[in-house]
Amino acid sequence: MTEVSRRKLFGYAGAGVALAGAGVAAGVGVDRIGDDAPASATASTVDFHGAHQAGIVTPTQQNLHFAALDVTTNDVGKLRELLHTWTAAARRMTAGQEAVAAGAVGGAAEAPPGDTGEALDLPAADLTLTIGFGPSLFDDRFGLAAKRPPQLVELPSFPKDKLDPARSGGDLCIQACANDPQVAVHAVRNLVRLGFGVTEVRWSQLGFGRSSSTSRTQQTPRNLFGFKDGTNNVKAEDTDVLRDQVWARPGDGQAWMAGGTYLVARRIRMHIETWDRETLDGQEQTVGRTKGSGAPLGQTGEFDQVDLDVGGAGGVPLIAPDAHIRLASHQTLRGARILRRGYNFVDGSDGVGHLEAGLFFLAFNRDTRTQYIPMQQVLSAKDAMMEYLQHTGSAHFAVPPGLTPTSSWGDGLFG
Amino acid sequence: MTVPKSPRTPLTVLAGVGAVVALAGCDSTNAAADGPIKVEASDTSCAVAATTAAAGNVTFEIANKGSKVTEFYLYAEGDRIMGEVENIAPGLNRRLIVEVPEAGKYQTACKPGMVGNGIRGEFTVTGGATRQDDADARKAAATKSYATYVADNSSALETETAKFADAVKAGKVDEAKSEYARTRVFYERIEPVAEKFGDLDPAIDAREADLEPGQQFTGFHRLEKDLWSTGLQADSPRIADKLLTDVKDLVAKSKDLKLSALDLANGAKSLLDEVATGKITGEEETFSHTDLWDFQSNLDGSKNAIQSLRPVLQERDAALVSTLDTEFANVQALLDKTRVGDGFMYYDQLSPVEVKTFASAVDALSEPLSKVAAVVAK
Repeated sequence: MTEVSRRKLFGYAGAGVALAGAGVAAGVGVDRIGDDAPASATASTVDFHGAHQAGIVTPTQQNLHFAALDVTTNDVGKLRELLHTWTAAARRMTAGQEAVAAGAVGGAAEAPPGDTGEALDLPAADLTLTIGFGPSLFDDRFGLAAKRPPQLVELPSFPKDKLDPARSGGDLCIQACANDPQVAVHAVRNLVRLGFGVTEVRWSQLGFGRSSSTSRTQQTPRNLFGFKDGTNNVKAEDTDVLRDQVWARPGDGQAWMAGGTYLVARRIRMHIETWDRETLDGQEQTVGRTKGSGAPLGQTGEFDQVDLDVGGAGGVPLIAPDAHIRLASHQTLRGARILRRGYNFVDGSDGVGHLEAGLFFLAFNRDTRTQYIPMQQVLSAKDAMMEYLQHTGSAHFAVPPGLTPTSSWGDGLFG
Repeated sequence: MTVPKSPRTPLTVLAGVGAVVALAGCDSTNAAADGPIKVEASDTSCAVAATTAAAGNVTFEIANKGSKVTEFYLYAEGDRIMGEVENIAPGLNRRLIVEVPEAGKYQTACKPGMVGNGIRGEFTVTGGATRQDDADARKAAATKSYATYVADNSSALETETAKFADAVKAGKVDEAKSEYARTRVFYERIEPVAEKFGDLDPAIDAREADLEPGQQFTGFHRLEKDLWSTGLQADSPRIADKLLTDVKDLVAKSKDLKLSALDLANGAKSLLDEVATGKITGEEETFSHTDLWDFQSNLDGSKNAIQSLRPVLQERDAALVSTLDTEFANVQALLDKTRVGDGFMYYDQLSPVEVKTFASAVDALSEPLSKVAAVVAK
């Protein structure tokens, strides 16, 4: 039986829409079911192959399903085989195909379908799948201790952390980003399914509404505090910064990680209700930006240069000593930067009538020891915004480099 | 000490001397000659010789005929403290001179044992400058009234902390445990003031989970952990000494603190935010579970700041005042249900339903509270 592509069956967005990003692409695709317009094979797909894994500098999609998994077998061969299987399935799904050939409806009637099917009518929606390896994978179970990159440390305890072990850690992670939530959920669900017996999900997180932009083609989105988030984020176009601050290099420790990067995941609960009772002035002073335009205090446009010394009445700096943008700025952090790829989340309510909501913070850096950790130590200790935040989950992963059409996620690690 | 006279109103205090002798003065409105209004306090009664006075400076002379140390207060509407005199030992006479510029309904109160709501009596002030003050004067009066509250609580904090520290140093665990929540009451009432002094608040009140790398775990919660969880440590006495030193430092600094009316408004809100994020979750008192003591104290502090602002608020947004009264009373009623003896239930004894009820009530109060600052700033 010929392979069924979701795109071939149902059509999808025209060229150019992908740049506009967001659910628009998916929405147009559905609207065009039955339309005779020619289908463009690339309009809503992101290339799975390249020097770096997709899903890092890819313009941030609108939706996330992130899963951290533990390996339940001690058989390294099974783990290696699973990484091959996952790579093949990911290659297909990110191209808009089912997880396995003839998956959802083309198999034997007596067998359960090989693909779960809930993405059958949907375009690829810019799906990216990105994998990472946690510090615990390098213990004595799989003989990988000598392969552990020195950058892949256990994160220290930061002030005011209230970490839930059930939302922290993991041997592996899968980050699925897409402009349709169902596409992202489908991808993780199918990879998890392929992993039963070898891996089990330790925790997972859904995210909606990207809370940072990773490309100058994107508008800066707003986080759940209503502020533009990620104005000064490292962007895909900042190739020099990416080279210096995001991509691991051959001499960085482990050769197999060259072209890879290190992923920090933090589930940050926001105390939405108390924030909403803060005055506009108080909110803006906490952030260090105006709420409307996103301009740094003392400036007028969102992308105006932040002037940390700009004076207010009596020579007092307009941007407070404990303002978030002051403490998070690379000026304050001696040049350290990170590429952020966070998502808003709302996991219902917390049982006392408050939103169980916040920011699922994902960041990529070349060396977590000298970039994320010192930054978070300063923020946890001094950032005025910490009054409204609580870090409830935490994990760290080594994200291997990108793939060729014939390579697999496990190649560098086991090669 | 000279008795200051009001520049606006001649001092015409209507004291019924005869009524004092008859000890029937509670509802007496006898007009009499100038002079102090006699108050005879016992352990169970509070006989005020006159219940009416003209606006201006009003002088009370309190005689404690009882066996307990007592206090005397004059309250304006909403329990705003107009004036008070504390620590009147049995057998002593003390004088309270209080400036009451406005006509209106007030209340007198004796507090035998210096606890509780006191033995109340109605008190009416006539004439004077009724609602004539400009906004600045009202705000100044608000901060003055609140400063009195801060001074009272910080002085009590110092006294109680000394007792608590002594118990820790003597290794008297049970005694220290029972002093613990009682002492923190005075801290939690004035927490926004404490937070004005950078390093003192963390030194006195930091939770272990909130420490920065290299920061020492000191203050109340360190001793809480020692008393309830790990047992007293070799350095517990030193931590107790440091706590007392830090508290004394705080008390001294708070005397020079100049608060604005906006500080009061924001302080009232931030105290409830403390409840919403720290007490509702039971995080504040991880080891002792005495969160409800703190909760009550935060509520007291918030209520007092609002009471100080009451004249300004009443004039500008009477509906908001009425909402706040209702919601404060609602939260208080819920807290009252959890009273056990002179304390409260332990936080881990609350059911999830009770916790949710508290959270909803705190939200319902905090939301209008967050509007106070803008009204005050107008």
